[in-house]
Amino acid sequence: MSANHSAETASTPGERAWALFRVMKEKNLIPDGYIEGLTELMSTTWDPANGARIVARAWADPGFRELLLKDGTAACAQFGYTGPQGEYIVALEDTPTLKNVIVCSLCSCTNWPVLGLPPEWYKGFEYRARLVREGRTVLRELGTDLPNDVVVKVWDTTAESRYLVLPVRPVGTEHMTEEQLRTLVTKDVLIGVALPRAS
Amino acid sequence: MDGFHDLGGFQGFGRVPHTINSLGYKPVFKEDWEHLAYSLMFVGVDQLKKFSVDEVRHAVERIDVRQHVGTRYYERYVIATATLLVETGVLTQDELDRALGSHFRLANQSHSVGRAAPVGPMRFEVGDRVVVRDEYVSGHIRAPGYVRGKAGVVLHRTTESWPFPDAIGHGDTGAAHQPTYHVEFRVRDLWGDAADDGYVVADLFEGYLDRAPETRA
Repeated sequence: MSANHSAETASTPGERAWALFRVMKEKNLIPDGYIEGLTELMSTTWDPANGARIVARAWADPGFRELLLKDGTAACAQFGYTGPQGEYIVALEDTPTLKNVIVCSLCSCTNWPVLGLPPEWYKGFEYRARLVREGRTVLRELGTDLPNDVVVKVWDTTAESRYLVLPVRPVGTEHMTEEQLRTLVTKDVLIGVALPRAS
Repeated sequence: MDGFHDLGGFQGFGRVPHTINSLGYKPVFKEDWEHLAYSLMFVGVDQLKKFSVDEVRHAVERIDVRQHVGTRYYERYVIATATLLVETGVLTQDELDRALGSHFRLANQSHSVGRAAPVGPMRFEVGDRVVVRDEYVSGHIRAPGYVRGKAGVVLHRTTESWPFPDAIGHGDTGAAHQPTYHVEFRVRDLWGDAADDGYVVADLFEGYLDRAPETRA
């Protein structure tokens, strides 16, 4: 163990990642453009702006809202927002007395095409350990202090379902266009830790 | 596998290092190597077809606990991918060590060969009260420990089916497919008063569930 430990600290995570890359590259295991293409999807194409478009449409269009709640995959497919880690999509409907929040206590599972890759804090041990057990407290610490009559429901992403939260449309947004509504829907709103704010 | 990764309900951690809406989330990758974690993993899964994402999850679970605690998220996926490529004979430990210039520490060996999906699983309907089987699995499993033996209510049965994780997570490409169920648990049923009240919904494979005794006909 001690020998292993001292050897471990001799390299950084980045050095190990590139070492693995070089070995795979030398063996011609990596197709040309594969890493670049996937990295473009992960860093640009899969973005919370996609989820914001879905939510804004659902707020503005009752027919689409109904589809989203009944068949989230079909609704997101209309926008082209399906793919790896987003093949079976379920939208979670908030109400004035129910707040849905998403976590993956076992690793980091997230609806990539709709929410974007998960942020560091979502993958961190604190969120994974605590949210399922003290959801209300964690939300308060993050900045969302819910009234006592609002029930917290935590969705642990433990299989192939990939979620997004459909929050309650805030009051004072009646005259906003779909495009304006999108700006209220942040990544944290889609994960469920934040509420959309009209101003 | 009752490992450190099964963190739901684990006590002793501090605050989540975040404040709502405080991040622009760009760039997605903060360091020049982070994009390699998933992309090299998918080379193994999609291009080489040497292992499944389930096996990657299990390889992360197999990282020695003391190493696991000190690693960063993306780092664990690099270790898992390297481990599986060595275990499937694509690379050798020696090649990794030479490329790194020091010892490339891989995950521990599996302590299990996995298990097949239970035969003749029951079909459940929305509203059914179910109980998570009170069973211990040394290999990969996608039921968090905190629901073991607990009763909950079915909110949804998926319209698709997927390979049983406890089998495909160990390389069984013939793993039986099953639907999963969104099962809602009362937080107080999981941790009593040592928790906030509310609900937790876990997405559980059919083979993890039984009908709860009180609804048995």
